Amino acid sequence: MVKFTLNGEPQELNVPSANPLLWVLRESLELTGTKFGCGIGQCGACMVLVNGQPTRSCQMPISAAEGSEVITIEGLSEKGAHPVQEAWVEEQVPQCGYCQSGQIVSAVALLAANPNPTDEDIDGAMSSNICRCGTYPAIRRAIHRAAGIQEQPASTDDAGGEE
Amino acid sequence: MNDQLGDPIEGGGITKNLSRRTFVKIGVLAGTGLTLGVSYRVIKGSGAPSTDAAFAPSAFLRIDVDGSITVMVAKSEMGQGVATALPQLVAEELHVPLSQVSFEFAPAHPAYGTAMGGMQLTGGSTSIRDSWWPLREVGAKARWMLREAAAQEWEIAPDKVQMYEGRAVHPDGSKLAYAQLASAAALLDVPKDVPLRDPSEFRVIGMPAPRLDVPAKTTGEAIFGMDAGPSDTRVAVVARSPVFGGVLRAFDPTGALEVHGVDEVVALQSGIAVIADGYVAAKEGRDLLNVEWEDGEWSTLDDVEILDRLKEAAGQDGATVREEGDIDSVLSSDREQIKAAYTLPYLAHATMEPMNCTAWVRNGQCTVWAPTQFQNAPRLVGGGARQVAAKAAGVSPDNTVVHTTFLGGGFGRRAEQDFVREAAELAGKVDGPIKVIWTREDDMQHDFYRPASYHECSAILGVDGMPEAWRHRIASQSILQRMVPSWVPEFATNWAGNSDPTSTEGAQDQPYHIPNIRVTYSKVDLPVPVGFWRSVGHTQNAFVVESFIDELANLAGQDPYEYRRDLLKEHPRHRAVLDAVAEASEWASPTPGGRARGIAVAESFGSFVAEVAEVSIQNGQLRVHKVWCAIDCGMVVNPSIVRAQMESGIIYGLTAAFYGRINIQGGRIVQSNFHDYQMLRMRDAPDVEVILVPSQEAPGGVGEPGTPPIAPAVTNALFSLTGQRIRELPIQLV
Repeated sequence: MVKFTLNGEPQELNVPSANPLLWVLRESLELTGTKFGCGIGQCGACMVLVNGQPTRSCQMPISAAEGSEVITIEGLSEKGAHPVQEAWVEEQVPQCGYCQSGQIVSAVALLAANPNPTDEDIDGAMSSNICRCGTYPAIRRAIHRAAGIQEQPASTDDAGGEE
Repeated sequence: MNDQLGDPIEGGGITKNLSRRTFVKIGVLAGTGLTLGVSYRVIKGSGAPSTDAAFAPSAFLRIDVDGSITVMVAKSEMGQGVATALPQLVAEELHVPLSQVSFEFAPAHPAYGTAMGGMQLTGGSTSIRDSWWPLREVGAKARWMLREAAAQEWEIAPDKVQMYEGRAVHPDGSKLAYAQLASAAALLDVPKDVPLRDPSEFRVIGMPAPRLDVPAKTTGEAIFGMDAGPSDTRVAVVARSPVFGGVLRAFDPTGALEVHGVDEVVALQSGIAVIADGYVAAKEGRDLLNVEWEDGEWSTLDDVEILDRLKEAAGQDGATVREEGDIDSVLSSDREQIKAAYTLPYLAHATMEPMNCTAWVRNGQCTVWAPTQFQNAPRLVGGGARQVAAKAAGVSPDNTVVHTTFLGGGFGRRAEQDFVREAAELAGKVDGPIKVIWTREDDMQHDFYRPASYHECSAILGVDGMPEAWRHRIASQSILQRMVPSWVPEFATNWAGNSDPTSTEGAQDQPYHIPNIRVTYSKVDLPVPVGFWRSVGHTQNAFVVESFIDELANLAGQDPYEYRRDLLKEHPRHRAVLDAVAEASEWASPTPGGRARGIAVAESFGSFVAEVAEVSIQNGQLRVHKVWCAIDCGMVVNPSIVRAQMESGIIYGLTAAFYGRINIQGGRIVQSNFHDYQMLRMRDAPDVEVILVPSQEAPGGVGEPGTPPIAPAVTNALFSLTGQRIRELPIQLV
């Protein structure tokens, strides 16, 4: 039996302890926003937050999640209202979209640790995620934009608008 | 859309539960709404009068009484933006803002077949080109019918009614929403000819409208193939022959069946499927299978043998695909011949979403959830996903339903239906829905690779330094030879015998004015599965042509931009993008210290793209700092999507230039995952500046044309920086 908190909700699961968190999320809990890309911790499509740290869920046995607080793309906000998600929409980042849950989670972790990252900071934090559609320039723009949104007091208005 | 994908279809045929919204058939359920379906083929004048009226989902457009306007997108959304750009075409002529429109993916059905053999296929950067007229006509005809309905309601002449932002407007200012008119409009005949808007009046086409699929792709809600299907779906992982052409001799399932969660092991045409309650157990079981393969005749094939075969073939003229002037006499003169040979490797597609497909066969019905680029092809022997699945499952295509999900990348890989065939065959042999998931290793080692190729180029320069003769010999496997027998057999002999335009495109039509030209193609038969890879033959041939012309410019002592420009006097669109990219990159001005620029231009898929790359060497590594990209893709439907596609194509091509190489040893693929088949990452991604060259020409493609010029732009820049000429990809610094 594994106990942890998922997107704010307590979980108690009876699954093989070696099963990676990724597949527990996707199959046992039917949260499919977190993606399978490589299975060897190379691509970042499976990135989630574990106790606030960006973590490759394909590499984390569920037993290691015991007692931790896990946040997935589904748990970042109600209706995509996290500043990073808003910035992603404003900069129109996704193309195929498959890697973007992981990209967004990595960006959330980056901005939590470093509210105003430089391009070099972005290179360092985001190079753990592969995007095959080549959305990297858009991701860079969106992270800078999200840093701007986060600096402003909370507002219900659109922070951006169309380019 | 999630509803559609997660909801298995009950009963016969395709028409049920496409969505929880209601839709209606013209004249059948009048009183609830209007659908308008016009086949691509019908509109292109094949002679058929109208639509298959009994089949409502063939409609491209649905207007419901609740006011919702839905465009059925018959192209696969794999990142290139069709789920936004195609609705823009309809919205333009329907006179509604895009914000009032939503989309759904169309089912596999002949109504969505294009002129290209009736195929429902997304490939060749054709989506906008296929849809530009037909979808605008769909919108225009619907608007015409709605206006008629308003005119009848108000008892005034139709031309007194203005159609504006989803409403009919009476001369006195009163209004009727489309939703209020839909039921009456559904009773009217579909008009034959309706004038379309003049491009000068476009309000939706040409606007950088936000993508309709982006919100769902930032919340985890978008449903890809991996996410689709009923919730009790079991998972299968398949063991396939590691050696090309290997066949199964024997297998022992004991180890697999001992894994907790594994409940079946099933032999398939393609290998052995291990079925479990989830991916982890299925993969563990697969890995514990004891399988004996009969390797066959190719078990010693390796890179050396392949390159030898290609070189031998390129050492002489193959089938002539272009001949101008008198190349033999110029080349046989005793003037100095410039020669260069170029080598390009096999490449895997490596879509972010590994191959997968979900299928369920019951009561003679087959339901498939597939991230496919190729839904339907009833007239082709091999067929699209619908025919492939039906045959594999042993049911009729009429009883087979294909739900297209979002695609986690396509790049040509998902034009193949091997992953659909496998899932449908398995579903036909077991109870309940089944999802076949490919591991990343399966995906990388069982791809249809961009063919490796070898190129011999020869040229002679005149006294002015301009080329007088150009000979380009190409040797590679033929993609069409492999594909065409299952597509259109009567053409197979043509393709299989001699030329293959997908191997020679970009070379046979290279634009430079040279009086004596010969381009030849030698087909080399090898067992490596080859397929369409983003921009296909242009990936290799743009590299060769744009490298060799750069070499000639250098030998002539001329600026590589001016040299190209002089040779493109008869090609104004090439010239325009070259000029635009030279201006944006300040080509004529000095580069910052330690950096150099390179240039390349290529026409592909109806669009013209020139790129300049600025590079340096840092800590012994090649670094691309910035790329300028100028594109003329004719009239632009969505400029922000075009820009994104240029960035995308450039980074896809840069990955290949820096890292892309599939090696073959022992008749099998060496690479297995992203650790040994690397991808460009954020830290290596250049700044990209895209210039859209204004054009009133017919639309061209944008999904692929960004890719071909980038490798030569970078290698030409490297030559300018260090003098090292790269003639083999991926790039290796000396």
